[in-house]
Amino acid sequence: MFLQLRRAYQVVFLGLFLFLVVVTTPTLLRGYPADWFLGLDPLAAIATALATHSLHAHLLWALPLMVLTLIFGRFFCGWVCPMGVLHHALGYLARKRRKVDRVKQNEVRPSRAIKYVILTFFLGAATTGSVQIGFLDPIASTWRGLATSVVPVAGNITYGLYQGERHFHYGILVTLVFVGALSLNFVYPRFYCRVLCPLGALLGVLAKFSLFRISKKAELCKECEVCGAECQGAADPQGTVRVTECMVCLNCIGGCARGGLSYSFLPPPEQAITTINLDRRHWLGAGVAGAAFVPFARASDGVGPRPHPGRIRPPGAREESLFLDRCLKCGACMKVCPTGGLQPALNEAGLEGLWSPILIPRLGYCEYSCSLCGQVCPTGAIRKLTLVEKNGKPPIQAPVRIGSASFNKGRCLPWAYDTDCIVCEEVCPTSPKAIYLKQETMVVRDGTQKTLKRPYVDLEYCVGCGTCETRCPIVDSAGIRVSAANESRTPGSSISLMGGAKV
Amino acid sequence: MISRRDILRIGATGAAAFGTVAAGIVLHRREQLTESRSLPTIRDHRTEKPPGAMDMVIVRGPDPAFNVRRAIDALGGMARFVRKGERVVVKPNIGWNRLPEQAANTNPDVVAEVVRQAHAAGASKVWLTDASVNTPEQCFARSGIEKAAGNAGASIVLPDARAFREVDVSGRILRTADVLYPFIDADRVINVPIVKQHGLSGATLSMKNWYGVLGGQRVTLHQSIFVSIVDLAVMMKPTLTIMDATRVLMANGPTGGNLADVKTMDTIAAGTDEVALDAFGATLLGLDPFKLGFVIEGLRVGLGTPRYKDLKLVELGS
Repeated sequence: MFLQLRRAYQVVFLGLFLFLVVVTTPTLLRGYPADWFLGLDPLAAIATALATHSLHAHLLWALPLMVLTLIFGRFFCGWVCPMGVLHHALGYLARKRRKVDRVKQNEVRPSRAIKYVILTFFLGAATTGSVQIGFLDPIASTWRGLATSVVPVAGNITYGLYQGERHFHYGILVTLVFVGALSLNFVYPRFYCRVLCPLGALLGVLAKFSLFRISKKAELCKECEVCGAECQGAADPQGTVRVTECMVCLNCIGGCARGGLSYSFLPPPEQAITTINLDRRHWLGAGVAGAAFVPFARASDGVGPRPHPGRIRPPGAREESLFLDRCLKCGACMKVCPTGGLQPALNEAGLEGLWSPILIPRLGYCEYSCSLCGQVCPTGAIRKLTLVEKNGKPPIQAPVRIGSASFNKGRCLPWAYDTDCIVCEEVCPTSPKAIYLKQETMVVRDGTQKTLKRPYVDLEYCVGCGTCETRCPIVDSAGIRVSAANESRTPGSSISLMGGAKV
Repeated sequence: MISRRDILRIGATGAAAFGTVAAGIVLHRREQLTESRSLPTIRDHRTEKPPGAMDMVIVRGPDPAFNVRRAIDALGGMARFVRKGERVVVKPNIGWNRLPEQAANTNPDVVAEVVRQAHAAGASKVWLTDASVNTPEQCFARSGIEKAAGNAGASIVLPDARAFREVDVSGRILRTADVLYPFIDADRVINVPIVKQHGLSGATLSMKNWYGVLGGQRVTLHQSIFVSIVDLAVMMKPTLTIMDATRVLMANGPTGGNLADVKTMDTIAAGTDEVALDAFGATLLGLDPFKLGFVIEGLRVGLGTPRYKDLKLVELGS
């Protein structure tokens, strides 16, 4: 009975997760809480709280989950986690046939401690201001895997049946990591959950104190080891159950023919092992290494005063170091972006910023009357903006600028080849247009005069949306380019003194 | 001595050799076929003009839908253009993610009235589509056209990758083009452009509205915008054109955004000669039609006349 209930919960939560991913598009969003699963994620809550010394409203859902874990143990892994369901299903497909082999697959291994090292490393990094949990956090990973790898493939092979055709910047790397994590089930079931998952580790630490646990009546046990053959967490129910590893899947109870196992309130303490078996020096070492990661990462050139010109952040993104305090790299903003312009960064934001969102205007621009990325961001790395906040209200309030455009005069058709074009001016969405025209007369190759309109950029109005670069008719290297300079979130980035100087 | 096994082997080798050659020839023929395959063209959608009927009508009045009704009535009623059971496609300008007041897209009340009139004339299907420049879903929603035309019974076709088919244009610049499928399938085409200022071409009116049936890299056409506008106008000969000048974007077009650039004119012009309609539209923007490249070019290739006052014209006031 419990098993059916658990399976029902798993199916419902996976369904809910997929539903929320699917509706995270401009046409379907309509106020659905797209970020609910990430808001539920205690690892996201703790890591961003360590980095920002504050807690974003969406992440308050994590508090009841932590309280429930303190009472019921790691039930999240076995009942709720959408990636856990995927691992559960794949682990089932990949499991060995004979019971003895399965018992061996599910034995307690020293490698289970690795996830605690990963957790401590990431939390160490968060204390010094870099939230990196998104690489391995199961919710963020699944979000990213679906948003930038599975959904675009589904859209592309159906000729854009869902969300149009999409292409993501080195999305194949996301695919390899995501599919790689799932494939580890063929080493042994739930490899990722048992060995790598930092959220599982965090919940394991909380589960040490859980009030409800699996307990065994030793006098009923015939040592058939069916419980061990079915255990999801490799928690050793046939021996003494390890509550930090137990995912409360209840397979052991369902498998035991004699009713020797039960999930009960405050069983005798000697019936469970609550230690993690990780040396104090290892905990400390991992935490210190994580904390030290940040200064080393910042000594590289991703975050410093000379950013990569392609590091164009979405509108509403906080100043870079505050942004890295929060961004989980979940890809929700990239999924909802109506033009497909928001992309996972590769090297544009340093190693720390791998897979964080950047605008690549050649793939899509920032839609002028849209601020959906801030609405779906689970941690407030991208702030919610109203359209008035985003586009400004001249002359009282300046617009949010994400960058600035400039012409490549060796490439632009009117500038380089004396040819009519000015598509950039046509599509420029600001009012007045940031791209304006001057009628100019020149002497062309055969000596005759030619008059045509040449485009210019007015920095006072340019918001860096990149519509011009997206629409530039030159297929590869555009005649007009947007770079991050002049973005409003970085005080020292202004090119002109239009918005007032901050030095 | 040849054994049975050897005979079988020789047979198998022979069959494989024959198969290889046959497959090669078939595949080569397939390539020849795909390379010489002929593309569909877009048919002439015009109807014959009844004797004594009007060529063009200009209506002024505060209610856009009523203006449309009066304009169509003055031209002889929708029955002149759409017969019972015909499939019609209505082509407004839904290029931009803007509100109706910003006058970057055709007025939704005008579009809805055209759809209603087509249905009333007995159309079996009324498609409504445009290849937006901004994100289509947002343009269709924010323009108010999706809702207004949907309520009037139009079948909305969003311009996603599956909605385009290649046609033969054989224009001077435009050889082939990816075109929204309703324009290939429909019996009748009604163009519903809006009058706007445009940086490169001076104005975007009815002929320029045909950019919006194209997919692909249409922005390359700007290099020779006047010839390509006329190429498109030759390709697409609409049954009827209803030009919306309810609100007119006088500057910062075709995107607009600032209400200060919008002038309320409460005018609808309708007719069958797009050159004439464009010439009239130009005057609303304060431009000389004879200085607009695409009007001159349209006249030169015999598409119509910019001297709209020489046509059978009626002007109705409020």
